[in-house]
Order: sequence, then structure tokens, then C-alpha cells
Amino acid sequence: MTVPVNPKKLIKGGLHDWEVVIGMEIHAQVTSRSKLFSGASTEFGGEPNDHVSLVDAAMPGMLPVINEECVAQAVRTGLGLKARINHRSVFDRKNYFYPDLPQGYQISQFKDPIVGEGEVLVDLVDGESITVGIERLHLEQDAGKSLHDQNPTQSFVDLNRSGVALMEIVSRPDLRSSEEARAYVTKLRTILRYLGTCDGDMEKGSLRADVNVSVRKPGDPLGTRCEIKNVNSIRFIGQAIEVEARRQIAIIEDGGTISQETRLFDPGKGETRSMRSKEEAHDYRYFPDPDLLPLEFDQAYVDALAEGLPELPDAKKARFIESYGLSPYDAGVLIAERASADYFEAVAKGRDGKAAANWVINELFGRLNKEGHSIETSPVSADQLGAIVDLIGEGVISGKIAKDLFEVVWSEGGDPRALVESRGMRQVTDTGAIEAAVDEIIAKNPDKVQQAREKPTLLGWFVGQTMKATGGKANPAAVNALLKAKLGIE
Amino acid sequence: MTHLNELTLAEARDGLKAKDFSATDLAKAHLSAIEAARGLNAYLLETPERALQMAEVADTKIASGEARPLEGLPLGVKDLFCTHGVTTTAGSRILEGFQPHYESAVTHNLWRDGAVMLGKLNLDEFAMGSSNETSAYGDVVSPWRRQENGALSDTKLVPGGSSGGSAAAVAAHLCLGATATDTGGSIRQPAAFTGTVGIKPTYGRCSRWGTVAYASSLDQAGPIARTVRDCAILLGSMSGPDARDTTCADLPVPDFEAAVARGVKGLTIGIPKEYRVEGMSAEIQALWDKGAAMLKDAGATVREISLPHTRYALPAYYIVAPAEASSNLARYDGVRYGLRVPGKDIAGMYENTRAAGFGREVKRRIMIGTYVLSAGYYDAYYVRAQKIRTLIKRDFEEAYASGIDAILTPATPSAAFGIGEKGSSDPVEMYLQDVFTITVNMAGLPGISVPAGLDAQGLPLGLQLIGRPFDEETLFAAAQVIETAAGRTKLPAAWWA
Repeated sequence: MTVPVNPKKLIKGGLHDWEVVIGMEIHAQVTSRSKLFSGASTEFGGEPNDHVSLVDAAMPGMLPVINEECVAQAVRTGLGLKARINHRSVFDRKNYFYPDLPQGYQISQFKDPIVGEGEVLVDLVDGESITVGIERLHLEQDAGKSLHDQNPTQSFVDLNRSGVALMEIVSRPDLRSSEEARAYVTKLRTILRYLGTCDGDMEKGSLRADVNVSVRKPGDPLGTRCEIKNVNSIRFIGQAIEVEARRQIAIIEDGGTISQETRLFDPGKGETRSMRSKEEAHDYRYFPDPDLLPLEFDQAYVDALAEGLPELPDAKKARFIESYGLSPYDAGVLIAERASADYFEAVAKGRDGKAAANWVINELFGRLNKEGHSIETSPVSADQLGAIVDLIGEGVISGKIAKDLFEVVWSEGGDPRALVESRGMRQVTDTGAIEAAVDEIIAKNPDKVQQAREKPTLLGWFVGQTMKATGGKANPAAVNALLKAKLGIE
Repeated sequence: MTHLNELTLAEARDGLKAKDFSATDLAKAHLSAIEAARGLNAYLLETPERALQMAEVADTKIASGEARPLEGLPLGVKDLFCTHGVTTTAGSRILEGFQPHYESAVTHNLWRDGAVMLGKLNLDEFAMGSSNETSAYGDVVSPWRRQENGALSDTKLVPGGSSGGSAAAVAAHLCLGATATDTGGSIRQPAAFTGTVGIKPTYGRCSRWGTVAYASSLDQAGPIARTVRDCAILLGSMSGPDARDTTCADLPVPDFEAAVARGVKGLTIGIPKEYRVEGMSAEIQALWDKGAAMLKDAGATVREISLPHTRYALPAYYIVAPAEASSNLARYDGVRYGLRVPGKDIAGMYENTRAAGFGREVKRRIMIGTYVLSAGYYDAYYVRAQKIRTLIKRDFEEAYASGIDAILTPATPSAAFGIGEKGSSDPVEMYLQDVFTITVNMAGLPGISVPAGLDAQGLPLGLQLIGRPFDEETLFAAAQVIETAAGRTKLPAAWWA
């Protein structure tokens, strides 16, 4: 697939414009109770070396046994990426020495990964969307952790993470800006979270990215790439790409050439630093792991997993637009998290979808963000918000009163319908009562009446006065109608 | 009367059952024999307390009529099998003093069935060798000696390898049977050198869990014992499914002992012409012919077959096995267990530890393995070796498909040689020891080595029978025919005691 050059995405250099080309390898920790090849727990935290089996510690004679749940998770993810599922895949050993790699090799998949080519549809802020190709997804073991700060002369090793299952998801070099890269990771994260195959918690290291960056003049063949290792936040991914692209452009414009190497991003200094050059790269001596038979399953296995998949973000978004009449933007906001989408649907069920979306996005999300709550810990339940929407729809309260009611429910809780009664928040629809108020205001302000007849925009002043007189509870539509009639304006 | 330790395993089992002697008597007889035979260096570690304790339990079980299949039978364990709380070295300095917190699947099965552990047996370092001369803990000396001018020669002979300790201990009556492992011939060659019986079962018959790995796709455990029946009894206990080893077959264990008496009537035995290697001695050829005749006399049909890719097996093996070994042995890095020699940094520690911890042959194979897997050489070596492996496997499949039930070959190109005689200048000279056995590992098939006679110098010679996958029963039946016809080899008087 070739991605057309988009002039808006080019980076201005000193001499001319540059196109940045980005491909990513995302390491996503598989959601599973135990590790990829051992029964040890994958629980986060714990004392160092609490979650280590004999296999994880690579004791002599220990053998790996594949965790079938991790296989199922990888297949689910492959289905979520609309990817080819390989019915036969092979685990290979990637050999290198490091203290936090007890076996002296990482079990990974090299030639024959479990998932082949797929794609991810990524929506950008301006409403544009791009399709990012997925090259492959494979399963592999995470390494342990070296602790260098425990002792002045020695390093310690914590093997809790050793052997935890990762999915490495490799994209094609289809991304053309840091914004696209960020949007891609965000979307991938959303898909993984929908599927329940990775919790996407970047703070805990559940999702990390190796970012391949190169630059070229538009239309030229691909430039030499540098790989920025282990970037662990979406914001840093964007920053790393920006600084790395500019570094490469500066070198080339200075007449230099880019050497292929592995680099690290330092967010503090806002720069990337060389880790090792191509010449220093390891020879991993990959070969099929003789302790493990090739991983084989049939289409029925894949079909059964496909059957159990939840509705995925793209389908949900389309359905929200179609069934609830939402704008693509609102639908996109609502489906970003499965919990938000579920919340919205609970509110929208049997109600006006647009009104529900408005309330969820504008009132609820705004408030949640402000208070640092997640949708899961929202003080206002979907039932409560639904009741508020109902009260508006039934004309029991006005939109303005509804906002007050929302405040009460947020801070004090309770049944909105009951609150409206007990707090006397019901709007006045009784025309007699409103009429009395209107008559009184007209009587008191003959000059304004005169003016209003000449200048109908003054109607607003009368509406305000009437609302004030009725404690804000008068039905605004009724007030308008009455005033127009009494003042004789259209 | 015969010393208790000179009984066969089956005889000892029957004697215990008849209460002719106790398990404690049997264990003690072995322990004193072991003590007297320390000069052979067969045992790396003797575990007399454990043996007597296990024997005591066995006596209780026998008394209460709850005897298990191997109740009270004393065995030796090749020091490649991890034994809980008992030092396990793999014959290497790098694991000196290492005490596992787990029991290998194979030894677990033996103790489950009531066997008694006498100790840990010497071996080539990490099972790499064919003479037991690569052990970090000294050579094993064979209990056999050449006859020269009607007298026993003083030349010390190798027991073969890598299960040299196992073979020597079984031959010298230092246990009723022993566990062993075979990656390229490490059960069958030492069995042939010591006049004992050894079977390498089908790959996947025994779990590899808890056995120190040499080359994972080739390693397989099996027993060495003094008779075919004893091997059948032991394999019945050692083998069986194990979910912890995904290459272990999920198949029920047949009644191997029952198969011993089946005979070979109606079977077709293949004689592969490619095993008639250049420079094969007349003695070996004669032994081979004699074996074929024995099987024929017992009612088998003997027919020449072709296994055309045989000659590529040895070179391919010396790519595949070192490749796997170079990776399997990476875990011995001084970080978590075993030997650690400090260095100026982590790389220095690795280098010092591995330089001091591994012997010459192990280092050689790690180097070969690292080389054949490295970028640019992988396709030329490893991938081609795997293709050869497939072809070797196909040769056997075609032979079996043509109606062959088992294949008869010599077990070794010669009888045992003297310590220090082979391989010191050219390792290939030693590697050629496995020329008849290595194809079987490459194809994952079962193979048994059974004594069939003595050479001109009075040393035992063995024949090998190769079977269909998971058809060890036919091998036991055919090997029993040879054992019966050839008669059991008689060890010279115990010169070592």
C-alpha cells in the first residue's frame, strides 16, 4: 500500500519540505492470569521475585508449556485487527545474554507468527481517517528487571515479569506525522481494551512502543530509519517522533547521512540518544524452540473465538451514528472507551439518542474530567442521568433546571424524580400561574411594553423577568407563547 | 550362593516378593559393592542413608502386602536427572554443589513405584561424549578388561558414554539397573561396551521434565540393565505422559515386560546395507550376521533394506545437537545458581564463569552451535541439517511402510577402547563412535542395544535393533531372542574390588 503525500503533514526544513515516515512495534502485555509458558502469576507489583516459577528462573531441566489463554488472546487480537490468523505458528528462541533473561534466550515468534497482515482504521482530529497496515502480531516472553539502585556494587534481578506474555504488533510504515502516530496508538489501545486482551495501562508498562522514524523528500524512496526503543506514553511517542525527525532533517540538510541505529528518547532533555549502532546489533541466532511443538489449531477454534468477540470500536461508532443519529465526532468520543459507550447506551436506551449524547459528553464527561473521575467511578449513574433526560423530555423540568438537578445528583445522590418533587424543582406549566406573573410584569412596566412592541428583541427581557418571578420553574415555551400573545408581537 | 547385587532386577523382585531376603539386605549388598568399587568412579555421589531409608519403607510395604512394581529395587541415577535435595551436577563444574528443589519426572516415577536410590552416576559433561572422559569429575573405568595371552590386561578401558557411569555400575553389579539418557547413542553405545542392555525409547516416551537438557529435540531417557526383561520392567515405570513436557507423548504405557516373551515369529527384520560402513571389521560383520541368523532361527524373515541418507546423519547431528546445546547451556551464566567466578562487569563475570565452569568438549560444542546458528550461516548449516533429518526420517518410514518390523544393525563400530586412546587429537574420531546409533535419534525412533557376543579380546559387542515409533514392544521381543540365543555375557572376576 502506498500512502499519498499530504502537503499539510510535511515538515518544513531549512531547504525544503520533508516527509516523515513512521512504523511502530507495539509491545502489549497480554491480559492473562499466568505467564506465557509457566503457571506463575502475572499480577503487577508484589515483592521482587514473588511471582517466579522454576521455569521462569530457568532452572536446569525446566520446560515451557504454552498457556492456552494467551494463544486465545492473541487470536482475538488478530481478529480485532482484521488480520489473517495463522493456523500454524512456531516459537523461536532469540538468544542473547542478559541478567534479567534467565534462559539466555527469549521465546518469541520469528518466521511464523500467530497473526499475519491486518489493518487499523484511525480517525484523526480534523475528521480525516487513515488506514494503517499491520504486518504481523506475534507472542513472546517479557524479560525480568535489573535493579541497579539496591546495592553500591551489585545489581539485583527481579524476575516477576520474566515470562509474562507480550504481543508484539508490528505496523507497516504507513504513518506520516506524530499526530497520526499518536492517533494510531490511541486507536490500537482502544481496540485492545475493547477486546480485553491488554489493559493498555502505559504507566505500568502494559503498552510500550518501539518507533521507527525516517525522513525523505516527498516522492523519494524510504530514508534510513532509526528505531526509538521502549517509549511508554502516547505523549512521548509524539515528542520523540518530532525531535527525531528534526534531528535527521538537520543532519541531512547539513550534508550528512543517517546511520541506522537504535536510540532512546529522553523526555527530560527532549532529545533522542544513540543506544547502539547497526554494527553493534546482536546476532540473535534465532532457531525454532525444540522444547515446543509448532502451535496449531483449526478454523473452528478461530470461529469460536470470533463468536465471543465484543462489538468493536468501528462497528460501534457506525451503529451509534446510524441508530442514534449522532455526529461522527460525538460517536467517536463516546466509543473511545468501552465503558463510556456502555454508559451512553444505558442512558440512550428508549430515549432520544442525541439528547443522551449531549448530556453524557457535555455535562458528564466535562464534570468527570474536572474532578478526575473515570466513567467507572462516576457519582452519577446511567440510570440517574437517564431519569434527568426523561424529566426534560416530559417537560417536568427545563434544561436549565436539569443542570441544577445534575449538580444535586452529582454531589448528594438520590432519585432525580424524587428530588424534583422534594426540592420543588418542577417547572411551572400551569398557564394560569404563568399568566398571572406575566400580567403583573406587563402591568408594572408599561414603557417596556411599548418598546417591545416596536422592538421585538426586548421579548427576552420579559422572559427573564417572568422566569425570575417563577423561580426559574416556568416552562420557557409557555412563557414565550404567552408573552408574544399579550404583547402582540410575532 | 550369588551375591544379592548380582541378581537380575527381575530375580531380585521375585526374591523380595518371596521374602527370601529383605529390601534392606538388598540395599546393603549394593552399598558395600559400591564402596568396594570406588576405583571405577562410577558413582559421583553415594546416597546410603536415603537408600536404607527407602529400603525400610519398601520392607514395610512388602510386609503389608502393598508392594509397588519396583518395590525395594536399588537403582543408580545418571547425574543428569535432577533429584530433590540431592546434588545434581550433569558432570560439570558449572553445577558443582547444585541441589535442585524438584525431582525429575523419570526419577519421580521410579520412586513412585517403590525403587530405591543408591546414588548419582558419573557421565560425560552435559552428556556430551562417547567415553565418559569429558566428565569434570574424572573418567569412569569399565569393569571389563581385555584378555591378552590368556590373562587380563592392565589397560583401563572406557565404559562408553555419555551414560558411562550407568553402564559401568550396572555391569559391575553396583545397582540392578540405572537411568540413562541418549541424545546420539549415549545409552546404546555404553551398554554395548559393557555387555549390558540399554534402550533409548521413542522420542516422547519419557518426559524430559527435570532432566538437564543437552539437545532438546534428541534427548530421551531410558534404562540400562543387565537383561532385556529388566530394561522392559524399568522402562514401564520411567515412561508415561507428562503435561509439563509438551514433546512428551500422551500415550498409555504398554506392558513392556509382557512383550519380552513374544518372540519374533512372523516379523520381518531389515538389514540396512548402508550400515556396512567402510573399514568395518570382520568381527563386527560376523556379529551382525550372527544376530540376523538368531532372529531367522527364531522365525523372523530377514531382508536387506536401504536407508540411503544414513551417511549424512552424523554431520547433520553435529550441527543440530550443538546448535540446541549452545542455547540450552546459556542459562549456566553464574547469575542464579551453580558456579560464579567474579569479573569486572557482568560480561566479565559471564566469561570467567563459563570459562572455568565448562570443559573442553562442552565449549567446543557451544562454539560449533553458536557458529551454525549465526547470521549468514544458519541456512547453510542448521536449515540444511534439518532437511537431512527429514530425509533420514523418511528413509525409516519407507522401510517400515514396506513391511519391515524392526531393523538390525551393529551397536558400535568396535568394542570398548582404552582410556585416552581416542579423540584427543581429532574429536571426529570419537564422534564416529555414534555412527550406528545417531540416525535413530535424528528420526526419533526407539533403539535397543543388546549384547551378542565377545570380540577376540574378550570384550562385549552389542547389536542394535531399531523399531517403529512407539513400538518398543517389538524391540524387547527381538532383543530377548538375541539375548537367549547369545547367552548373557559373563563379566570377568571383580578385579576392582
